[in-house]
Amino acid sequence: MKAKHQRLVLALLALGAILGASALAMSALKDQAAFFYAPADVKGKPLPLDRHVRLGGMVEKGSIRRAADGVSIRFVVTDGQATVPVAFKGVTPDLFKEGSGVVAEGKFQPDGSFVADNILAKHDERYMPPQAAGNMHETKTLEQ
Amino acid sequence: MIAEAGLAALWLATGFALVQVMLAWGAAKGALQGTGAAVMTALRRVAVVQGMLALAAFGLLIALFVLSDMSVELVVENSHSMKPLIYKIAGAWGNHEGSMLLWVTVLATAGAGVALFEKRLATATLAATLGAQAAIAIGFYAFLAFASNPFVRVSPAPLDGRGMNPLLQDPGLAFHPPTLYLGYVGLSVAFSFAVGALLMRDVGPAFARAMRPWVLAAWIFLTIGITAGSYWAYYELGWGGWWFWDPVENASLMPWLAATALLHSVTVLATRDGLRAWTVMLAVVAFSMSMIGTFLVRSGILVSVHAFAVDPTRGGFILALLGLYIGGALALFGARIGTVKQGATFELVSREGALVLNNLLLSVILGVVFIGTLYPLVAQAAGVQLSIGAPFFEKAAVPVGLALVAATAAGPLLKWRRDQWKTLFGKLLVPVGVGVIAFVLVFALGGAHWMPSLALGLAAMLAVASVIPLFRRNLRRTPLHIYGMVVAHLGIAVSIAGMAADGAFKVERLAAISVEQSVTVGPYRVELLEVRPAVGPNWSALEAHLKATRGDDAPIDLFPQQRFFANPPTNTNEAAIATLLDGQLYTVIGQGDGAGRWQIRAWWKPFVTLIWAGGFLIALGGLLSLVGRVRRERRDAESDA
Amino acid sequence: MKRLLIWAPLALFALVFALVAGGLIKPADRKIHSAMVGKPVPALAMKPLLATKPGIDSAALKGKPRLLNVFASWCIPCIAEAPQLLKLKQAGVEIDAIAIRDTPEAVQAFLARNGDPYARIGDDPTGKAQIALGSSGVPETFLIDDQGRIIDQHIGDIRADDIPAILAKLEAAK
Repeated sequence: MKAKHQRLVLALLALGAILGASALAMSALKDQAAFFYAPADVKGKPLPLDRHVRLGGMVEKGSIRRAADGVSIRFVVTDGQATVPVAFKGVTPDLFKEGSGVVAEGKFQPDGSFVADNILAKHDERYMPPQAAGNMHETKTLEQ
Repeated sequence: MIAEAGLAALWLATGFALVQVMLAWGAAKGALQGTGAAVMTALRRVAVVQGMLALAAFGLLIALFVLSDMSVELVVENSHSMKPLIYKIAGAWGNHEGSMLLWVTVLATAGAGVALFEKRLATATLAATLGAQAAIAIGFYAFLAFASNPFVRVSPAPLDGRGMNPLLQDPGLAFHPPTLYLGYVGLSVAFSFAVGALLMRDVGPAFARAMRPWVLAAWIFLTIGITAGSYWAYYELGWGGWWFWDPVENASLMPWLAATALLHSVTVLATRDGLRAWTVMLAVVAFSMSMIGTFLVRSGILVSVHAFAVDPTRGGFILALLGLYIGGALALFGARIGTVKQGATFELVSREGALVLNNLLLSVILGVVFIGTLYPLVAQAAGVQLSIGAPFFEKAAVPVGLALVAATAAGPLLKWRRDQWKTLFGKLLVPVGVGVIAFVLVFALGGAHWMPSLALGLAAMLAVASVIPLFRRNLRRTPLHIYGMVVAHLGIAVSIAGMAADGAFKVERLAAISVEQSVTVGPYRVELLEVRPAVGPNWSALEAHLKATRGDDAPIDLFPQQRFFANPPTNTNEAAIATLLDGQLYTVIGQGDGAGRWQIRAWWKPFVTLIWAGGFLIALGGLLSLVGRVRRERRDAESDA
Repeated sequence: MKRLLIWAPLALFALVFALVAGGLIKPADRKIHSAMVGKPVPALAMKPLLATKPGIDSAALKGKPRLLNVFASWCIPCIAEAPQLLKLKQAGVEIDAIAIRDTPEAVQAFLARNGDPYARIGDDPTGKAQIALGSSGVPETFLIDDQGRIIDQHIGDIRADDIPAILAKLEAAK
């Protein structure tokens, strides 16, 4: 490196690093962003079949069906306007129950159903909430 | 009475901080004219008193929690008289107000430390640094006083407190935030040094040497904090993962990445007087990342889909401070950096060149994490709701990270200023050979995917390369900081190996079984012996008794639980983990189906513990380096005198 | 070129700052939308939970703006919310309620302990009415205008500093 221009070269390299990071991020963003849908958002509209998305809503009362293998479940997510049947195989989070909020991550199927590979209960607190947000909105029921 | 005393201490500290800024101005001006030694002495004393007052305020808050003074709102909200003592104490900082008080306490104490121990820096620069540190503190004192006073009383006082989130009742978590804060705020000292050096046009090796121990210390705490936080998430969340790319985690990762870059560039500046502007810039960026991290966590604007409670007042306050300090520092940088002369130059193939590469790669990773963390805000401005998950970060950041591992292997083998490609290749021959053998073994014979195999190969290469600097050296005369570098780089190799091994070879099983049935996971057969109720001090639980057997080894008993906390009502999954020499068996109990079967989820995770062992090795390396540097500084200071 | 590079960091920072400030001023709407805002209250007919108060018939929720509070005696934030509801009642607001999966005895005790701001309490033993309203937890409060249309949904407990905004919205809905 020529001594005279070294500083400029370094500054340009730094700029290049930032641009490189942006380019990398953008290319990865194109297909990795998990988009968020509510059942009403996809009612009567073309389904985002090729994307990994999040589906949010409430677990419809009485809709949870557990399969014979003990680990597969089906349930219906509703937002009061539309419903989407969801299939999931795995352990559901602690706060997952009928009538409570849920966010399912996965893909829509051509028949309008949703296959989830991950379930987040809407109110589970994975980390320190901004201010014990868990206290502000209960999703428990008297039965438990 | 205690609460009022605490508030008084805070206000007094604010007053002293104001005085400190004015004295700093006077001392810096005086020093430039060769006078003002008395002002400087006063400035040092004021900085120490300010630190002690902040410490007193924080101590008084802890006293309130220990005494369960339910007339103080913060105690009511976050504590309970029945809680174990350690969680009462931890409750003091396990909430917004307390954690901000801890933040400013660390800030003021660090300022006091600079005032007490910094002997070799030019007086004017030191004065400007202490002034900058006090100016930052004033902002946070104001924040406490106007938007998050921790000492507010309630009347009438309730009979008892409202508990604390049970997820947070965990020894790991009790000490996790303070560790991270020590790191975050330690970077404020680096920032103040940079501002002081810019103001006094004194960007050079002396400033870098003064700044280095603070960067190192902050970096050690960040490393420990991130490592401990990762392990906490791993065993507490019961999902078998160890890093979730959650905004809160990213908020701690970003300052670490910036501090790591700063750590390496400050060495170039201190040893070779190169990379002046770059180092100053990084010091500003590193503290920006700390403040942005605090902002993201405290304002709640980004906390994943499943949290609400955005607090615009508090967020706005921190954001205003962020704009003021970081914007101000960057404007100062723009105005002054033109007057800073170019430092020493170097060849492309040299230690400096490798450190520049290290810095660039770290910057790219930092940029990717930054964009990924903040992108939801961009989308939101465009009216789209989205969240960025692990696949994004893995795709965009991991390849750069692997390139960085390769660069880390080569860097320490290069000479300062100028070296030859040929010599480098000669030295790298053995490490690369070991790496290739490891890669082939894992990829072809172990049947792993190419990405984790590549990572394992690179880890092997780095492990060998990292000890080469000790080769053919008199080990007793080798300076401590060389050992520090070796241990830290070895730690990176160990940690990467753990991540890759987990990625390549983990086995997961999920099944619903009834008592006396079993599932097989990896080398283990896990039998469900019994599901029974269990009770703890403030929870009740369903506990499974699992027996895991491998070959003829003695069976291992595991007791995963599903816990139900009464106050506030919450349930959590307590994973049961057996740590073996060659990995961990991780088990979780899920729901029952009402017909006698229980969901059992089990993972066999070979060598996963290396991830955290590596993390602590990295921190240990930092500690060795810090001790070595401080000792050498002290010796040099004595020989100066 | 060089001058440009020197000021690039500040420009970049300004950009990020503007973005974050924007996010703070216009917080992400990350609750699941009830999609009921702007629509009439769905047809609900709930039996009274207590003998002393009428139940809820959505056809009767007209004539003046009111609050419809979704609560339960087993919900801790509802206790925290109670003083605010009493204040709203003192300010002349009519507050109706839906008790979710609750029992008369428990609600009676809850009201005796925390005050009783309610004009009507409907019994929702299965949570069906809650789902029809698009509510996902307790407490939640719906603001209803004089035509029986839902104008807002407040999720979580009503805090003391929410009261003026709620009163203003009800006033505007007259």
